[in-house]
Amino acid sequence: MAGKTEFSAIRAFLIARGNSAIADSGFHWLMVLSALSIFGIVVLIAMELVLRSQLAWSKFGFGFFFSAFVDPYTKLAMYWDPVNGHFSALPFLYGTLVSSFLALLIAVPLAIGLAVFLTEMCPRALRGPLAFVTELLAAIPSVIYGLWAVFILVPLLREHVNPWLIKLLGWTGFFSDDNPTGLGFVAAGMILAIMILPIVSSLTREVMSAVPHSQREAVLALGATRWEMISMGVLRNARIGIVGAVILGLGRALGETMAVTMVIGNSPEIHRSLLANGSTMASVIANEFAEASGDLHLSALMEIGLALFAVTIVVNAFARLLVWAVTRGAPAQVH
Amino acid sequence: MRSRIRTLTDGAATGLAVLSTVLVVAPLVAIFVYLIYKGASSLSWAFFTENPKPVGEAGGGMANAIAGSGILLGIGSLIGIPVGISGGIFLAEFGRGTKLANAIRFTADVLNGVPSIVMGIAAYSLVVVPQGHFSAFSGGVALGIMMIPTVCRTTEEMLLMVPNAVREAALALGVPNWRSVLSITVRTASPGIITGCMLAFARVAGETAPLIFTAFGNVGWSERLSEPIAALPLQIYVYAISPYDEWHRLAWAGALVLIVLIVLAVSLVRFVTSRGVLKGAS
Repeated sequence: MAGKTEFSAIRAFLIARGNSAIADSGFHWLMVLSALSIFGIVVLIAMELVLRSQLAWSKFGFGFFFSAFVDPYTKLAMYWDPVNGHFSALPFLYGTLVSSFLALLIAVPLAIGLAVFLTEMCPRALRGPLAFVTELLAAIPSVIYGLWAVFILVPLLREHVNPWLIKLLGWTGFFSDDNPTGLGFVAAGMILAIMILPIVSSLTREVMSAVPHSQREAVLALGATRWEMISMGVLRNARIGIVGAVILGLGRALGETMAVTMVIGNSPEIHRSLLANGSTMASVIANEFAEASGDLHLSALMEIGLALFAVTIVVNAFARLLVWAVTRGAPAQVH
Repeated sequence: MRSRIRTLTDGAATGLAVLSTVLVVAPLVAIFVYLIYKGASSLSWAFFTENPKPVGEAGGGMANAIAGSGILLGIGSLIGIPVGISGGIFLAEFGRGTKLANAIRFTADVLNGVPSIVMGIAAYSLVVVPQGHFSAFSGGVALGIMMIPTVCRTTEEMLLMVPNAVREAALALGVPNWRSVLSITVRTASPGIITGCMLAFARVAGETAPLIFTAFGNVGWSERLSEPIAALPLQIYVYAISPYDEWHRLAWAGALVLIVLIVLAVSLVRFVTSRGVLKGAS
């Protein structure tokens, strides 16, 4: 951006002298149009989702997101009953929040640890390969994570981890012994954690490298150990950006679909136990949309999609602003 | 005493950082080991040449899914790459520093974070509902929309690396601005722009969620773009959640093929970018 004014003055002069004004302005407007199409896409998605969820909206209103009704035969709370036309998104909101929260709980400490290791401790020779490996982790498609989780992670949890969790923490009520499949929130949270690790860690790395070296040197000059330098000189200065990175990871976790659909068990219920089957907003759409049983069902799924769209837009915008606040001036990167 | 505690804390922190690095690398290694172990043992020539067989019959492959993925990605690229590159040109060449460009850049970043399943619903209501049936075209539209923000932002970054002197030299020779942008600036940055497109391509190549209710899948060949079409990630999903061992085997083989393609693309991108895309220009 250096020398911008000088550049545009020369350029304006040269462009003004050009003899292809029509072609030039045509080209200009074509490029503007393409750029504006990005706005257009967002607006179009929002409009379509709003229009097509009208039916569910007019029938259930705001209650769609928090109501429950009682099944006349079993006297149990019911939320999602396509056969009788009762729809409430509550179990999916619950499932999305719980699985994303579990994922953050596992992923954030690991991601920060990895970022600290890569920026402050790692021998130069290891840095490139390790960064490449985390980049690869981000490139693996969701469905392959799901495949791996179904055949490797879930059996592992079922045979070894879950019995141990039940024995050790069963008294809290969060790990009850009534789901022998190994599917459920714990499996979904773990696979989500693996999936959001790369983005959280690479953004954390970016904001940590944006902290000026003088900060590190100043703390070290006061006689600090390396860890004190990292915690006082680097992490404290980068904390807003790290929060942004975590929120961006949350945005990814909220909307992640395939891997979660494959391991969460897909039942529209709310259980206290984290080992129970559940369902998220994205997974119910993936599971039921193609064979929705009627207009109201489809419209209810559209409304869940609209809610997911709105939530991820807000979360992402907020996170971007936080990361920008820290790395402003440093070159932008695509994630 | 005090300094001893500080040294211990320092050591503990270092140990934790190393431990978390190991814990991050471990699942990656596990995923790759299993993919290669399970996938390679089920890969065969028939996988690439035959269509899926009915349940209970041994053998069969994913020839139609591989071709279908190719077609879907082709349609996606036709939509996503031109629009994305033009958007990037606007951000870097015309809108530098303006409010409009900042807003578009921000929107592109946010759009990048919108879940792919939402893109699928959007493509469903924009294309599938008016057409009245699932189609290859609608799947391509969903993938194309997803490519736009990534292509746009990488193009912008690559164009920003081109020095102003190059643009001024072209304009000083009396070249009209549009020629200067297309044949000088974009041309100079083209290796970077191509790698950016490949990155976007590799990202959407593995997308399953937007295809479930657009491309829908197909057990045989599709003859028209208005018919449902099979796709590799979709087929992997369907086979993975099926109860048949034979299909699980094919799912692993499909996953191996998909991951090899994606890793190749990503490594190529990294190789090109790490060698300095625009070395000659600066």
